Amino acid sequence: MDMLSGGDMLVRALEDEGVEFVFGYPGGAALHIYDAIFKAEKVPHVLVRHEQAATHAADGYARATGKTGVCLVTSGPGATNAITGIATAYMDSIPMVILSGQVASHLIGEDAFQETDMVGISRPIVKHSFMVQRPEDIPSIVKKAFYIARSGRPGPVVIDIPKDMTNPEHKFEYHYPETVSMRSYQPAQRGHTGQIRKAARLLLSAKRPVIYAGGGVIQGNGSELLTRLARRLNYPVTNTLMGLGGYPGTDRQFIGMLGMHGFYEANMSMHHSDVILAVGARFDDRVTNTVDKFCPGAKIIHIDVDPASIAKIVPVDVPIVGPVDSVLAELEQQIEAQIEASSRPLPDTTALDAWWEQIDQWRQAHGLWHGKRYPDSDLIMPQEAIQTLYDVTNGDAYITSDVGQHQMFAAQYYRYDLPRRWINSGGLGTMGFGLPSAMGIKLALPDAEVACVTGEGSIQMNIQELSTCSQYNLPIKIINLRNNYLGMVKQWQDMQYEGRYSESHYAASLPDFVKLAEAYGHVGIQVKEKKDLEGAMREAFALKDRLVFLDIFIDPHEHVYPMLVAPNGAMKDMWLSKTERT
Amino acid sequence: MRRILSVLMENEPGALSRVVGLFSQRGYNIETLNVAPTDDYSLSRLTVTTFSDDFKVEQITKHLNKLVDVVKVIDLTEGAHIERDLLLVKVKAVGAARDEVKRTTDIYRGSIVDVGPSTYVIQLTGPTEKLDSFMRALGDAVVIEVVRSGVAGMARGEKVLSP
Repeated sequence: MDMLSGGDMLVRALEDEGVEFVFGYPGGAALHIYDAIFKAEKVPHVLVRHEQAATHAADGYARATGKTGVCLVTSGPGATNAITGIATAYMDSIPMVILSGQVASHLIGEDAFQETDMVGISRPIVKHSFMVQRPEDIPSIVKKAFYIARSGRPGPVVIDIPKDMTNPEHKFEYHYPETVSMRSYQPAQRGHTGQIRKAARLLLSAKRPVIYAGGGVIQGNGSELLTRLARRLNYPVTNTLMGLGGYPGTDRQFIGMLGMHGFYEANMSMHHSDVILAVGARFDDRVTNTVDKFCPGAKIIHIDVDPASIAKIVPVDVPIVGPVDSVLAELEQQIEAQIEASSRPLPDTTALDAWWEQIDQWRQAHGLWHGKRYPDSDLIMPQEAIQTLYDVTNGDAYITSDVGQHQMFAAQYYRYDLPRRWINSGGLGTMGFGLPSAMGIKLALPDAEVACVTGEGSIQMNIQELSTCSQYNLPIKIINLRNNYLGMVKQWQDMQYEGRYSESHYAASLPDFVKLAEAYGHVGIQVKEKKDLEGAMREAFALKDRLVFLDIFIDPHEHVYPMLVAPNGAMKDMWLSKTERT
Repeated sequence: MRRILSVLMENEPGALSRVVGLFSQRGYNIETLNVAPTDDYSLSRLTVTTFSDDFKVEQITKHLNKLVDVVKVIDLTEGAHIERDLLLVKVKAVGAARDEVKRTTDIYRGSIVDVGPSTYVIQLTGPTEKLDSFMRALGDAVVIEVVRSGVAGMARGEKVLSP
């Protein structure tokens, strides 16, 4: 058996866990660990320029690959800089392990240099956390941390490591445990069969069904099963912002994203449905609008691995706690069995035909993909920029986004046919997420096209990562939809504050992004006219091994529509343009 | 409605702060809180009382169960149960009040555990209601200092909270 120091054990444990990348930034309390990384052969380390970017990069890696993202930061400011990214991962249930250096045990509590109570400060935004108290516990803590991060409802796990725990002088027997068993942590392995039978019966009795699928379908690897089930029944499917790609975006049965900036046909279908199958979704306030008015005629089946998500916001008729994949597989069997056993044909195709006719009418009336749903303008419309991006990449790129109007346009106008292609901060809404998450994806999938759709507000929140992209040669395409405003803030100020643009305009203060990109060794292209848009994008993607920053000047006054009417609106109450509402 | 939740959890550093943090983070109230290791030193048992409706208690229970350190949670108020709270109260014991306080303590089957020239410390155990009633009987005039342990509880009969 090998005798290893705490630092060496940590790195060896990461190797044994199959970790492909560690995103991090060194500092005093983490130096023993960094020395161990230097000596290790596997586990490449990616040096970011700010710890927040390390967490987002690990997060993007995790979202695109389904594996657990790993980051390593030092104590104090290193740890606090990581907090935003940990909260981002927590809100979207992303598996991540965060290793944070800590001051030596004997200094804890003494306000030592670069001391902060990382376990305390991260407590509300982690799935679990550990503080290493004996170096010999490191392998089993790492094993548990990875197990907790990726099982059940995934989430971030912090391991806080006082510096003396990784002292190279002190060596221990290294043994990496093969299994984990924790009496206090036993996530659901399968759903309740009686409930699944009930769900099948209710689902087959539906006359106006909607399948409402969220990020849990993607995280729980349920996309294929869900798609098969939906097609078997010919039921319409809507995805949440987090669920896009969980059902093929170009499929006839896909009725678009739902919610705040959801599709007209999706929100109308939800409101008028009689049975909703909610899978891996959490009835977020950005979906439900006014809860009391949410889908008044619908009976609800809710499948989720997290019991605390069920009936948290909206009462549910058939709750099913369990992993999405195993529950959907069993639901499919039950449905087949009930169709087989029924004396009349199921599902009710007459009712379903009428329902589809209604949905198609909604689609034709106001569907975003049916006809052009934005004004003609001499300027480039943001929607056109995304549609062009979709065409130029053949709908096959990994699209990360930041937060704001560009995020909503990217969600509405890029059509995601596969899970894990649309990568955005849905729950926390973290500006600055787009570029570093794209780095994590590009490292993991070097042959894939990775584009970061952003705005000049968001991109400047982690712009320093252009330097990381130079160091590791990450040819990401940055699609900057530039309107000189914080677009979504401006939209709300237009709609609710009579156009008083309080602190949402940059005046003439923006940098020359082309020169900025060039300063970091990348390519910058400015696009100001509509006629140049497609050519510039093709040029950017043709530069296979270069990062290209496309600075696209768009109509500064465009709004994102549809938009749910708030406060006191139902899902059917939407603004469809600046002047029309339902 | 007043609820008594009994929580069995790993006796690990940080476990208590996670439970308490959960309550403040999600806007639930804590009326009393009592925690100590059990006969199995690797486990702590925590009793928390909270004023919440059914919906909220269900959420609290689900979120408590989600905490990785928590082994099991039961709502004692769902069935027959025993609850005990410990009260220590320091009172002025001079003149006529000295006898009066002693008589009241006897009626409530409390005991005087410390005697000073002008003070008594009285110990009383029982359900919260009984302690409240005793405090009212003493009256504000004599009470100097009060400490209560918070409720500890257990289900009656066969029902057991064990890992």
